[in-house]
Amino acid sequence: MFTDLLAQHFVHTALLAGAVVAVVAGAIGIFVVTRGASFAVHAISELGFTGAAGALVIGIDPVIGMIGGSLVVGLVLGLLSLRGRERDSAIGAVLAFGLGVGVLMLSLYHGYATEATNLLFGSIVGVSDRQLLELTVVALIVGAGLATCYRPLLFSSVDPEVAAARGVPLRALSVAIFLLLALTTAEAIQVVGVLLVLTLVITPAAAAQRLTARPGLALLLSIAIALVSTEGGILLSLEKSWPTSFFISAISFTAYVTARMFSSR
Amino acid sequence: MSAVVSVDKLALRFGARTLWEDLSFELASGEFLAVLGPNGTGKTSLIRILLGLLEPSSGRALVNERPPREARQHVGYVPQQRAFDRDLALRARDLVRLGLDGHRWGFSRLGDEGRADVDRALASVGASEYANAPIGRLSGGEQQRLRIAQALVADPALVLADEPLLSLDLAYQNTITSLLDDRRRTAGTPVLFVTHDINPVLGMVDKVLYLAPGNWAIGAPDEVLTSETLTQLYGTDVDVLRVRGRVVVVGTPDDQHVHHVDHEH
Repeated sequence: MFTDLLAQHFVHTALLAGAVVAVVAGAIGIFVVTRGASFAVHAISELGFTGAAGALVIGIDPVIGMIGGSLVVGLVLGLLSLRGRERDSAIGAVLAFGLGVGVLMLSLYHGYATEATNLLFGSIVGVSDRQLLELTVVALIVGAGLATCYRPLLFSSVDPEVAAARGVPLRALSVAIFLLLALTTAEAIQVVGVLLVLTLVITPAAAAQRLTARPGLALLLSIAIALVSTEGGILLSLEKSWPTSFFISAISFTAYVTARMFSSR
Repeated sequence: MSAVVSVDKLALRFGARTLWEDLSFELASGEFLAVLGPNGTGKTSLIRILLGLLEPSSGRALVNERPPREARQHVGYVPQQRAFDRDLALRARDLVRLGLDGHRWGFSRLGDEGRADVDRALASVGASEYANAPIGRLSGGEQQRLRIAQALVADPALVLADEPLLSLDLAYQNTITSLLDDRRRTAGTPVLFVTHDINPVLGMVDKVLYLAPGNWAIGAPDEVLTSETLTQLYGTDVDVLRVRGRVVVVGTPDDQHVHHVDHEH
C-alpha cells in the first residue's frame, strides 16, 4: 500500500511542494529567531487566515486572500520595527482582533467547511500542479530576497546599533524581512496550516541555533531540519493515516528536543 | 595636516530645548578627545551627528572633509557593552567580520585577504584564543574587546566610542582604553571617546569637551577640569578636586562623578 502510494502523482506533487516550502521556511526562520520575532510569525499566519477566510466569503481564491492578509501585517510590523515588550503587546493586540475578524468571516461563509479546516490544519496532499508552480515562484522570490539581503540582514539582526553606524538601512531591512516572512508564512500555511506554521519557521531554526554558532552552518542546518520534518511527515502520513501536520510537528519537535539535550553549547 | 573631524558652529535643539549652540572644534590625526558631561547633554547625539544618523539643527560637521553620511565606511564605532543572547548563532570572529563587510549586499564568502584582516584584528585585541567561541557565551569584557576589533578591522580613519567602559570592571577598562590608545599612537587614528568618568582615560586624553546643560567648554584637561571652568559652565559652585591622581567633581546638580568614584573603591 505504501509503495503503491509512492507511485502516485499527487504524492510526488506533495513531496515537491513540501520541499519547496521547507527550504524557505527553514532559511527565513534563522533571521526570525535571531531577531526574537517568533511571536510575529504567529500573528502573520493568523492574519493570513483572516485574509483567506475573507477571500472565501467574497468568493475569490483563498490563497490570494491569505497572501494579502499576511503581507499587510508583515508591512505594518516591519514599518513599526518595534523591539522587545512594546512589540509583543502590539502584536498581541493586532493578532487578537485579526483572529476575531477571521471568526466572523468563517461564520459568514457557507461553502465547504473543509476549506476552512484545510487552512487551519494544512492540506499538503491536496496540492495541485498549479499550486506547486505558485509555491515555487513565491519561494524563488523569497530565496532571491534573502540571498540579496543576507549579510546586512544578519548584521542588523545581531548588532543593530553598529549596523546603523555602518550605514545599513535598518528600517528598510525590517520591512523587507517581514514582507519575505509574510510570503513564507502564506506558503507554509498551505502545507501545515495556520496553527502549525511555527513548526516549520521557528522550530528548525531554534534547533539549529543549539547545534552551531556558525551563522552559515546554522542556516543550512535549519533548512535540513525543516526538509527532513516535512518530507518525513508526508511519508509517515501515507503509511498511517494520521494528519500530515502532526507528523511534521512531531519530527521537528524531536529535532529541537534532541538538539537541546545533546548540544555542546 | 587637515583635521579628521571638523565641527563648525553646530547647534542641537529638541523642540524648545537647546542642548548646545555654536559648538566648534577640530580633531586632528592622533588626538584623543574625551567628551564629558551629565546625562541629557547630547553626548550620544554628537556621535550620531558624526555618524550621519542625526542632522544637527544648524552648523556643519565634516569627517575626512566630507559629510558624515559619506564617511561612514571610514569610521569605527564602539557602542556601550550590551549583552548578546546566549544562544545567538554568531562566533566572535563573525562579529568582527561584520565590521569589515556587514554592510555589503549578498552572501559571498570572505576572501583570503579579508580572513587575514579578521585574524589580525582578533590578535591585536588578544582575542585569538576565543575567536571561534559563541559570542553570547563570552564575558562582557571579552565582548567589548571584540567590539574594538570590529571597529578597527576595516582600518578606520576615526574611532567614535560611546561609553565603551560602562559595566566593565577596572582591569577590562584598562585593556579597552589602552587598545584605543595604541591604535591612535601607531596608526594616528583620532579617538572621540564619550564617557561620564574621565579617570580611566585621564592619562591619554589630549582634549576634553565638557557638555553641561546648555553650555560647553573645550581644551586641555587641565584647563577644562578646573573649579573655575565648571562653575562657570554650570552656573553654580562646582569643585574639582585631585585625589591620588584622580579627578573628582563635586557640586554638579546631579553629582554623578562622586557617585562613580564611590563605585570603584
